[in-house]
Amino acid sequence: MALDPAYVGHAYPRSETYEVGRQKIREFAEAIGDPNPLFRDPVAATAAGYADVIAPPTFATIMFGRYAMASIIEDAQLGLDYSRLVHGDMTFDYVRPVLAGDRLVVTTHIAEIMQRAGNDFLTVRSDIDTEDGTRVVTAYAQLVIRGDA
Amino acid sequence: MSDVTVGDELPPLRVHITRADLVRYAGASLDFNPIHWNERLAEEVGLPGVIAHGMLTMALAGRLVTDWLDDPGALVTYGVRFTRPVVVPNDADGALVELSGKVKEIREDGTARVDITARFDGKTVLSKAVAVVRLPS
Repeated sequence: MALDPAYVGHAYPRSETYEVGRQKIREFAEAIGDPNPLFRDPVAATAAGYADVIAPPTFATIMFGRYAMASIIEDAQLGLDYSRLVHGDMTFDYVRPVLAGDRLVVTTHIAEIMQRAGNDFLTVRSDIDTEDGTRVVTAYAQLVIRGDA
Repeated sequence: MSDVTVGDELPPLRVHITRADLVRYAGASLDFNPIHWNERLAEEVGLPGVIAHGMLTMALAGRLVTDWLDDPGALVTYGVRFTRPVVVPNDADGALVELSGKVKEIREDGTARVDITARFDGKTVLSKAVAVVRLPS
């Protein structure tokens, strides 16, 4: 069930707008057990020079899952077997932290496809931008689709 | 952290992850893959049991770095490779993840590279866990 290398370069349509909420950031910070005041207190965030509370570094995983992963899994032509999928690696490049009040859109690209030892490796890049096209974060993930062996 | 030097160690972090933490993280992150909360389905796909979300381990390792930084927004790049699962038993203590980090390089562009180690059950669970941070000028 090797993935088709011709898919490299494929871009999925840009996502709907994800509006970043203060309470969602707080909920995420609590779920990772992180008490940093900049993730929950607008006064502390403003004192640190931000327009609003900032999100923990891995907060963008929410948008990556909701848009990038959803695009890939629902792409029948790509034909990825979700039950064999393992997350290989994840990298975020930050232009700035995600802020409460951000209105973000996600564009996902297939960056690389390769086979090794019977497994498929799919590298995905998601550009996370403001609605007017200013980059905030780029997420890179390698997904491993385990072979039958 | 005004005087950062190569070889500096970040204050270590020890975190117990319980099944309840996985349920909470699933809800907050919207990652509802059942291998993170359902023993039967985890074992069906060949795992030794319920495992923590890799992204939760990545978040804990990220906290190691942002706790050390005066400003979490000074993170420029953060990446990890997931090498071993963190198996979370169905008990009150859960799984103990131990995180440490060291300044590996200070660059001319005013950034520093921090290498992170995450251990569970005596073994590393992340590799190539690297954060690049902007140092205060």
